[in-house]
Amino acid sequence: MSLKEKYEIVIGLEVHAELNTKTKIFCGCKNEFGAEANTYVCPNCLGLPGSLPVFNKQVLHHAVKAGLALNCTIAHKSKFDRKNYYYPDLPKAYQISQFDMPIAVKGYLDIVNKQGEKKRLGITRLHMEEDAGKLIHLTKTGQIADAEESLVDYNRGGVPLAEIVSEPDMRSSEDAYLYLSAVKAILKYTNVSDCNMEEGSLRCDANISIRPFGQEKLGVKVEVKNMNSFNNVRKAIDYEVERQMQMAEAGEAIIQETRLWDAGKAKTFSMRGKEGAHDYRYFPEPDLPILETSAEYINTIKAELPELPLQKAERFISQYGLPAYDAGVLTSEIPLADYFEKVAKLSAEPKLSSNWIMGDLLAKMNEAGEADIEKVKVTPEKLAKMLGLIKNATISGKIAKTVFEDMYATGNDPEQIVKEKGLVQITDTKAIEEVIDKVIAANPAIVAEIKGGKVQAMGFMTGQIMKESKGKANPQLVNELLKKKLGV
Amino acid sequence: MAITKKDVEYIAHLSRLEITEEEKVMYTEQLSNILEHVNKLQAVNTDKVEPMIYAIEMKNVMREDVVKPSLDKQKVFAAAPSIENNGFKVPKII
Repeated sequence: MSLKEKYEIVIGLEVHAELNTKTKIFCGCKNEFGAEANTYVCPNCLGLPGSLPVFNKQVLHHAVKAGLALNCTIAHKSKFDRKNYYYPDLPKAYQISQFDMPIAVKGYLDIVNKQGEKKRLGITRLHMEEDAGKLIHLTKTGQIADAEESLVDYNRGGVPLAEIVSEPDMRSSEDAYLYLSAVKAILKYTNVSDCNMEEGSLRCDANISIRPFGQEKLGVKVEVKNMNSFNNVRKAIDYEVERQMQMAEAGEAIIQETRLWDAGKAKTFSMRGKEGAHDYRYFPEPDLPILETSAEYINTIKAELPELPLQKAERFISQYGLPAYDAGVLTSEIPLADYFEKVAKLSAEPKLSSNWIMGDLLAKMNEAGEADIEKVKVTPEKLAKMLGLIKNATISGKIAKTVFEDMYATGNDPEQIVKEKGLVQITDTKAIEEVIDKVIAANPAIVAEIKGGKVQAMGFMTGQIMKESKGKANPQLVNELLKKKLGV
Repeated sequence: MAITKKDVEYIAHLSRLEITEEEKVMYTEQLSNILEHVNKLQAVNTDKVEPMIYAIEMKNVMREDVVKPSLDKQKVFAAAPSIENNGFKVPKII
């Protein structure tokens, strides 16, 4: 029995998403990434005595919207609490967060794997809090552990965050990857966060444990931090699960601890020097009055919710007959989904549209490092027009690749490209017959074989004819005419 | 509920405070007295009383999401012990 058959993997994720607002959560400083250090700070951000927080309306709006999109119950009464700890990224020595009365609770999220199977994962809660400042560790060796001093930038301090805590419902790194992708898609669809992992606007910690199959009690959990991409989340979980299984097999006890993922070494490391258990001594934030959300307020936000990723994917499957996998990829972001829908409608060829978008277009964009589909020169109209040219047999699918390349680079009209480059498919029977005659004359032996009953050799002849016509002859016509000429 | 010297040491450590042996004795007594005093409230029956979250009858105090000017660099770093590259320089913290 393999270890994977012996032990069940249990994963829960904590996702922190920076919210899309103009200003910070408790003051009017700009919420913007990439500015010169400590330029968006005020007495509040610095924790200066006498400064008081005032809550940003837009944060509540975003949090409620995200909560609803994650199928949570929105709390009618909610409050902020102080989470106390001493660290230089937090000048007040406490983080304003939510403890026992979060804004949203008890939600769920459905994930769909490559086989099209659906799985429902529970969401424990979503709460609002302020981000901490950013630390830059000064080190001569490049090793964080050797750092002598650190620099603190408080621009990020006070940026609004939503923390989304899942139930321990994931059973593999793949589940975790799909969950993260789904959370990201939902937060982007609702415009609550831009979810840019490179800029740190989406961060993820994983709680990982194992237990023998059949055991109800959860194993000792290890928290893994510092995973800065979706792929690293997957790798870190796989590494950690393997480590725990080997320990269990060797009869060693797994310790409850926080470990850091080192992407360079592809390993997790224990955070040494950290005190055993956290003692945050939460208490209600006396500087912020309670929050009450009326049914009317919640309903107004509910009405603003767009069609969500999974609903859209299901519609793409039923309306356009797409496979579940295609539907999942095409609905990962709204602009991509919109692009597909336009092409599908204009061309009336949804599967062909999906093939060209998922294959050629996304590959080209990836190659060119272009992330924004709205900036691509191949507009939906142009792609649909090109698909039309394939459909009415003006060009073959093979020629279309050439047209597409050109169109991607120049943004020219596909018809114009076809005309200028002389790529029009030859559908003129006489012209094709001339080519066929030429090829027949050049290959008497093979012609004899075909006439003698070796029909498989037809393929060779067709290939030669297509080559002779520089790929421009209509393949169906070639087949038809060749059969007629050879009398098969 | 009495406070022990160990509790005082633990709380001092959490707050990164260095205190003397005499102070430990003093705080143990003072904190115990405070808890004892507050403990008297436990005698009151609060079965039908909703927990109070905020001292004043106030709710939903919010501001619009509008940018306000931040502080000048000079003021930001006015109390900083050490500065480098526009960052507050602090001792090693990992």
